[in-house]
Amino acid sequence: MKKIVLLCLTLVSVINLIAQDYFPTNTGLKQENNNYTAFTNAVIFITPNEVIKNGTLLIQDGKVITSGKSVTIPKNTIIIDLNGKHIYPSFIDPYSGFGILKPEKTNRERSPQYESKREGFYWNDHIMPENKAIDKFKYTSKKADELRKAGFGVVNSHIMDGIARGTGVLVTLNDEGTNSGRIINDISGQYFSFKKSQASRQSYPSSHMGSIALLKQFQHDAKWYAEGNATNKDLSLEAFNASKNLPAFIESGDKRKDINADDISDQFNLNYTIVGGGNEYETIERIKATQAKYIIPINFPEAYDVTDPYSLKHLTIEEMRDWNQAPTNLKVLADNNIEFALTTFKLKKVSEFNTNLKKAIKYGYDKTKALESLTTVPAAMLGQSDKVGSLKNGRYANFLITSGELFEEETILYENWVQGNKNVINSLNQKDIRGDYAILTAEKKFEISISGKIDKLKSKVKVDTVAYASKLNYKDNWLTLTITNKETTDIYNSTALIEKNNDNFSGLLISPSGKETAFTAIKQKASEENKDKKEDKKEDEQEIEIVPLTYPNVGYGFSELPKQQTILFKNATVWTNEEDGILTETDVLVKNGKIEKIGSNLSAGNTLTVDATGKHLTSGVIDEHSHIAAFSINEGGQNSSAEVSIEDVLDPEDINIYRNLAGGVTTIQILHGSANPIGGRSAIIKPRWGSDSDGLLYKDAPKFIKFALGENVKQSNWQSYSRFPQTRMGVEQLYINYFTRAQEYEAKKKSGNAYRYDEEMEVLVEILNKERFISCHSYVQSEINMLMKVAERFDFRINTFTHILEGYKVADKMKEHGVGGSTFSDWWAYKYEVKDAIPYNATIMANAGVTVAINSDNAEMSRRLNQEAAKSVKYGGMSEEEAWKMVTLNPAKLLHLDDKVGSVKVGKDADLVLWSDHPLSVYAKAEKTLIEGAVYFDMETDKLQRKAIQEEKNKLVNLMRNEKDSGEKKKTPIKRKKRHLTCESL
Amino acid sequence: MKAFKNIISLVIMSFNLVVFAQQTPAPIQNETITISGATAHIGNGTIIKNSIITFENGILIAVADATISKIALKGTIIDATGKHVYPGFIAPNTTLGIVEIDAVRPTRDEDELGEFIPNVRSLIAYNAESKVVESLRPNGVLIAQITPRGGTISGTSSIVQLDAWNWEDAVVKEDDGVHINWPNSYARGRWWLGESSAYKANKNYQEEIENIKSFILNSKTYGKSTPKKINEAFKAMQGLFNGHQKMFVHAQGEKEMIDAVTILKNNGIYNVVVVGAYEAYKISDFLKKNDISVLIQRVHSTPERDDEDYDLPYKLAKLLVDEGILVALQTSGQMEGMNTRNLPFYAGQVAAQGLSKEKALQLITENPAKILGIDANYGTLEIGKSATLFICKGDALDMRTNILSQAFIDGREISLETHQTKLWKRYSEKYSNN
Repeated sequence: MKKIVLLCLTLVSVINLIAQDYFPTNTGLKQENNNYTAFTNAVIFITPNEVIKNGTLLIQDGKVITSGKSVTIPKNTIIIDLNGKHIYPSFIDPYSGFGILKPEKTNRERSPQYESKREGFYWNDHIMPENKAIDKFKYTSKKADELRKAGFGVVNSHIMDGIARGTGVLVTLNDEGTNSGRIINDISGQYFSFKKSQASRQSYPSSHMGSIALLKQFQHDAKWYAEGNATNKDLSLEAFNASKNLPAFIESGDKRKDINADDISDQFNLNYTIVGGGNEYETIERIKATQAKYIIPINFPEAYDVTDPYSLKHLTIEEMRDWNQAPTNLKVLADNNIEFALTTFKLKKVSEFNTNLKKAIKYGYDKTKALESLTTVPAAMLGQSDKVGSLKNGRYANFLITSGELFEEETILYENWVQGNKNVINSLNQKDIRGDYAILTAEKKFEISISGKIDKLKSKVKVDTVAYASKLNYKDNWLTLTITNKETTDIYNSTALIEKNNDNFSGLLISPSGKETAFTAIKQKASEENKDKKEDKKEDEQEIEIVPLTYPNVGYGFSELPKQQTILFKNATVWTNEEDGILTETDVLVKNGKIEKIGSNLSAGNTLTVDATGKHLTSGVIDEHSHIAAFSINEGGQNSSAEVSIEDVLDPEDINIYRNLAGGVTTIQILHGSANPIGGRSAIIKPRWGSDSDGLLYKDAPKFIKFALGENVKQSNWQSYSRFPQTRMGVEQLYINYFTRAQEYEAKKKSGNAYRYDEEMEVLVEILNKERFISCHSYVQSEINMLMKVAERFDFRINTFTHILEGYKVADKMKEHGVGGSTFSDWWAYKYEVKDAIPYNATIMANAGVTVAINSDNAEMSRRLNQEAAKSVKYGGMSEEEAWKMVTLNPAKLLHLDDKVGSVKVGKDADLVLWSDHPLSVYAKAEKTLIEGAVYFDMETDKLQRKAIQEEKNKLVNLMRNEKDSGEKKKTPIKRKKRHLTCESL
Repeated sequence: MKAFKNIISLVIMSFNLVVFAQQTPAPIQNETITISGATAHIGNGTIIKNSIITFENGILIAVADATISKIALKGTIIDATGKHVYPGFIAPNTTLGIVEIDAVRPTRDEDELGEFIPNVRSLIAYNAESKVVESLRPNGVLIAQITPRGGTISGTSSIVQLDAWNWEDAVVKEDDGVHINWPNSYARGRWWLGESSAYKANKNYQEEIENIKSFILNSKTYGKSTPKKINEAFKAMQGLFNGHQKMFVHAQGEKEMIDAVTILKNNGIYNVVVVGAYEAYKISDFLKKNDISVLIQRVHSTPERDDEDYDLPYKLAKLLVDEGILVALQTSGQMEGMNTRNLPFYAGQVAAQGLSKEKALQLITENPAKILGIDANYGTLEIGKSATLFICKGDALDMRTNILSQAFIDGREISLETHQTKLWKRYSEKYSNN
């Protein structure tokens, strides 16, 4: 290794140093090298699509002078005859931290830090647009060498830390000279991510949705600052405004976050290039719709070790498919005409780059496209097509010399030239000695077989069919081979010079006795048997089995999305929730997603008829308070987070969506958690398993936000004493403060004067204007009363108190205020503020005239809310019909959706559940769950799914086993139990 | 609505008439009581539709079918025609009475420092006057095994009845079993050190098992002679070797259960119950061969893994019953104290998976009595056993009909009042007076 570098150095120093015209020299004589270098008889890829066969490439002074079939070669030209070898523009890695150390991690401390520690900069320490990669850049030859070996000539580097990361630097991987020669662009772009800086402990944002909100607010603030409205100095905003027109990159790392990145990009017209996650293939239609450019990592999942059945069971279909399908990502992206570049980002080792890229090609990724995404595409993304990414005239002389077509298994990368400087990867002149040889000495006949990769040769030695250990070293045309008799440990040392025009080689052999003799290795003809084997192997390789995607692409996903059907339920007991009450022996016809008819002896021709005799048909269960189907729930980094929205962080792949369907749930409010008095905005969804985030959302649903009171917002049950409020007294003042400011904000906005657009205030103004409803986490009577009074002071009403376990103590006041209660059936004693919680709460509130719902706040309970409703029959003697409404019609009312859902009524959405038994009975099971006339859960289909999962698992295990036999790396299965999120999940 | 209000005021009036001193334990039974006409759910899988149940001095002296046998109705007669009688439900493996409010540390007494502390006893920390304890009784849960948590060997449990002045009063079986948390072959990554929080193969698994073996071996050796120096921990293990106590092994995975049972038996502990036992259904032959009974994990929970049947936790108990394994339900987990009152509904949920209702009932009556070793006196309605039972309006496994009118522990008629019913009354009254 060192030798090669040394060799390179001695070679190149003669050839070329990038000229620094006006720099004096005192350590020698100042002189220039104006010689040309011509590469002749080569297949030259000027661009991935522009090829010159048998052409010449002429370079001088680190740049391409010209290329073509007949190039006039000046006299002062060093000519290198490439004899049919290929020349390609070398690769560009557009997303790297090359040469830049990440800042040190801060120490963990007990108490969170809420305020910024910087002065003169933006209020949030994770926003650092003032950072310049060039200030921290330190060229590292070792890393450069790794990258060159993988074919790269240029990397784009930035400080990979924080949410706004400042500007980057585009450099060549030229070991010669200094940064003054290497730097192509010292402000190559601006960089963003959703991840906080590891150098700062500032708590906001503590969630992905907080990061989204911060990135947005930052854009508003920058605009406002640019317009000269600020009275303070903000070096961050100034720096950002100065570099606003640079190409912008945002690291998302996941298909869902790609969409968030694109939304921000579109809202502010930022034209972000998105650094994706490698799983884009799973939701390719949605990704395509972004019309964004991407940079895609290729850290494909390793296969799992499937030998231990006890660890095998931890593997999910999702993980196993990921291993099987992820290598198709590049092909799928390319097939969908999405423009993307490749990167070494996310790879554990740069050397994995070519292995993985070849794998992607094996999985159908087009080679020309691959070359484009490594050359012309990243060059264009960086706005540097006139300098790098091709071998057109005037471009940097950055190119690769290979034995043949790139990305082929057998192709050897010989040289990687950067700025006209040669870097030898594999010696161009070194002969390929792979093959079988025989050495006949006086004592023995050694049969030697040399194989493996050209830069990593392997040897096998046999003497009379007995295998000997051997070690081979081949460098600079000299070969050394050490052979050890395993039994006797006798050692034979040999060395030989390989001659170019001789298939055999001769040299010196030292036998165990120390005797020196000359030997000749005679090359053997490739045996027929070996040839056959090779061909067989090739055929195997062509048969890559890729299991089909499902919607969503996890266990129990649909192979086809459910469609609206016309369905007739015959002879059911129908719980209408309307004046008709409970109808027995009744038919219900579903058509076009709506309830078409209710009656007896309905007929509907050819439609699907379900015999519901002895069964109960109800409207779907509605959960007013849930935290499933989201990958982020709490933004607790500030005491108010009205600017965040759960809609941004929906997780359509959460298995709890499916499990909720199996419990008859058809509408869910996904609430923000209870970490702060003013939480985030809700997402109201229908659990349409298989849809993407947009498909989950309840169309045109009213707007909601979560508020919270009590122990959680006071941070009473963990060690945190630094955030206001710490008491219920403070909670009231916080609300008054925020609503007063919102009033002032709106007044300023309406006045026509300049104002700073504030995402948080906009939401609070919606509340004041009764355009957004509050669902407030609450426990004790004092705080419930307090919030109603605060709302009344600002002339609006609280919509729903959720949890509301002491609602029974102020039920009359709640009725008067007009607020509903969405409570637990029987939870209590889990914290001090629920010591007086009673299971009679729902009944007492209902009796006082309050609209009462029973909610889950829990992924386990949400799938049997019917049972929770039934508890009020026991506790307090509620009638069964009223109890049933607490999980259907009443939450629909609380969500202002009762004109569409919540009862079985002609014209309403056909969100229906067919129960095996009385729906309030502990023995009832949801047999079918429909959303708008489409069957999303069916017990019979579920049984088939279970079987299919087993079969697919077996198939994937076998595929992994085969790959294991082929010697690829393996990892032990890990068990990922997803944490169920609740109000308190941070 | 109006009719509703009437019902409420009626209810309230009846409260006003009889105001119990809350949570005052009932006096010893001094007169004979006969419950007649009820459907008796014996607890062993059988049922008597029209029954006569008589008890004296806390003991059942008649449990008969009124349509067949002609016994005179003795003592105070409770006409329970149309109602149902059940043996008091038994809740194994709960921190009831040693944790009052989960989030309030001063009220938590379930987890002591130390890895091997069998000498730590739950009984002496049991709060007989806990508001959580009393809240179980209106649902029919009358007996519980109070179990310490944490460490490897957490300590020793005791079985109590839920109507007592103090823990001495409460005890049904003192120090019935030692609880061991078997190491997990998979352990969660140390996320605070930057590792993934997913579960990975636990490299220390064997070492942790060696520690257990060593402790058991030392305990056993200690018992072979009269020790010069007392070691309370070793001493507390002796009941396991002579069969007086059971070892409750808390383990979920098949590998862990197989390791635990094999190692414990090899080291002289034969009386083993597996607690949790999520994957027991995969090794039912092994469990049967080794005569291992199971306290299955909470019925109302979500599957461990995404690809598992959505109803797997609901049906685990049934899968084991179908294989002929002795299994009972338990409620440990989040908010377990308060959730213990839902034990009957867990049994109902199992019945919904296709187990007959009477067999499901066994999961919280006869089976736990057998597993906890109190079946001589509790768990079924049989002559000679304790009159620990209750009268219910309907099916006690279904929340709609689990409405108790009277309950008895050892023949004593206990109060069904609680802190919660008092608040219910108070506030219902407040609004009805408005």
